[in-house]
Amino acid sequence: MNQNYSNTRATLAIAKASFRSILRSPSAVVFSLAFPLIFILVFANIGGGGVAVDVGVAKGADTLSPVYKALKKVTVINLIKDQTADEMAKNLSKGSIDAIIDIKTNTGDLTIYPPLSSLPQKAAYMVNVQYTTSSSKGPILKSVITNVLNEINETYRKMSMATTPPQAAELKEATVSGRAYKYIDFILPGQLGFSLLSSGVFGTAFVFISLRLTLVIKRFFATPVKRYSIVLGEAIARIVFSLLGALFIIMVGHYAFGFTLIHGIVTVLNMLVLCAIGLIIFMGFGFTVSGIAKNESTVPPLSNIITLPQFLLSGTFFSVTAFPKWLQYVSNALPLTHLNNAMRKVAFEGAGLGDVTHQLFILLLWGIGVYAVAVKTFKWE
Amino acid sequence: MANQPIITVKNLVKNYDDFQAVKGISFEVYEGEIFGLLGPNGAGKTTTLEVIETLRDKTSGEITVDGFNIETDADSIKKRIGVQLQAAGYYPNLNLSELIVLFSGLYGVNKTPTEMLEKVALTDKAKAKYKDLSGGQKQRFSIATTLINNPRIIFLDEPTTGLDPQARRNLWDLIREIRNAGTTVVITTHYMDEAEVLCDRVAFVDGGHIIGIDTPDHFIDQLVATGFERAKQTKGANLEDVFINLTGKEWREG
Repeated sequence: MNQNYSNTRATLAIAKASFRSILRSPSAVVFSLAFPLIFILVFANIGGGGVAVDVGVAKGADTLSPVYKALKKVTVINLIKDQTADEMAKNLSKGSIDAIIDIKTNTGDLTIYPPLSSLPQKAAYMVNVQYTTSSSKGPILKSVITNVLNEINETYRKMSMATTPPQAAELKEATVSGRAYKYIDFILPGQLGFSLLSSGVFGTAFVFISLRLTLVIKRFFATPVKRYSIVLGEAIARIVFSLLGALFIIMVGHYAFGFTLIHGIVTVLNMLVLCAIGLIIFMGFGFTVSGIAKNESTVPPLSNIITLPQFLLSGTFFSVTAFPKWLQYVSNALPLTHLNNAMRKVAFEGAGLGDVTHQLFILLLWGIGVYAVAVKTFKWE
Repeated sequence: MANQPIITVKNLVKNYDDFQAVKGISFEVYEGEIFGLLGPNGAGKTTTLEVIETLRDKTSGEITVDGFNIETDADSIKKRIGVQLQAAGYYPNLNLSELIVLFSGLYGVNKTPTEMLEKVALTDKAKAKYKDLSGGQKQRFSIATTLINNPRIIFLDEPTTGLDPQARRNLWDLIREIRNAGTTVVITTHYMDEAEVLCDRVAFVDGGHIIGIDTPDHFIDQLVATGFERAKQTKGANLEDVFINLTGKEWREG
């Protein structure tokens, strides 16, 4: 009757049907395209709110000086001490730290008296700040430092009781040039990651539970189609749709908001590969939810349990470094955090996939874990 | 009719956890007939059908469909049968043409949507969604999907439940056409008038057992021979005849 039954043909028939269905489902289009674009539009125009200025502290800086102590008290300033001078310089030009600060004590050179007004006074502390054009947070740091120094100088003036005091500290500034790290460079990969997460979890869960409850899958089983064809066909459709969506978001980001794509098309391709990897893992959550959920109305709460924490904690809107330490541990355990990090490295730093193996490894672990659970919980009928 | 069995069921038993749905059923379906499985809800009709359709595993018993063993050749059987499920839906957001294309892919055959929709008089609904069809149209479309792979046998599970008299009669015509084209039809129904006019043979299923299997005529003759009389003498027509006479025989779509 039928000569050679083709599983590939059956798989593609399902993929095509599913793709058409996704395109016609308003929620899929809204969640995957409209929401990320709206967020990008809003946040790209607001600029960075809830900022943390990452300031590298140069080796040998005087951390006992009142200048350092005062800076330490300022909450928006995040002092980084665990990087080598080399790393710091690199990170500065990339904009992953916003400035490098060096504080030196002018030992022995302090002339207390007689104060000769004609001679330039040596200050007690030298504060050397390097800014970068890669970061827009330089001015924030600048005003913080100016305030801190003014205060110290004021205290010093009162202590010395002098009318024209020598400066306690003087500020020297220099700016290194690097690529401008715009907020769009931060927000776009995050939105892309979140779009994939919601499409993978909500989309997959809804499709499979509705196919199961409306007996579409049962009807499929009365045909010679294999189970893997059904799952694979659905996965292909969702991946193709999401990658087209991602491409669209990247293009809008690039041309309308100046999203940085270092190596152009190669960077885009690398990002799409990351998108596919992320989506496959997130679909595992979707399969699990569709198996656990009793009916369609239990899908949203279950899916939200998975997506909301990652939405907030995975560096979608603000850097994970803005969180308290304990929360950062939570953030760093989430798969979306690593997808976002990998995506930002690829897009802005021009990293290849070989440079984000750490992130890919963690995603792989998540993938294994999620699919182990999905296989156990997934229901066909 | 040569009475060549195309389906043979021997001592079929199906247990669900602690409930025995089918308790040793045996019957044969002959090639080219319309075979009816009749019985109250929960009698095991649907379970029996789903086991034959390879959708459920049996607990014990032997089943052959068109010469293939259900245990070893489920795939060959799936290629030779068409299945219409009770209350099954279709892939969301697709129109009828696209659904036919999908099923052609699933069965691995080349059928155009027009060709299939013509068979069930739905060509003008090619761009409509399944959920927007009337009850009768839905059933006709379901039957179209069962015919895509030129099956030897089709299974129809309560295809006329909930249909108005016109749609029901038109579906009977369609089922007869399919049978006349050489396809064996296995059907379940709650309507005895339907079984009487449509089925060549019927089996009564109750409580997981077959309690009788014969042609409708024989059953009726046997009962009459025992001296059975209807409480109320039937007239030359019934209320359904009046309904059809008043509202016309043409399709009602709505």
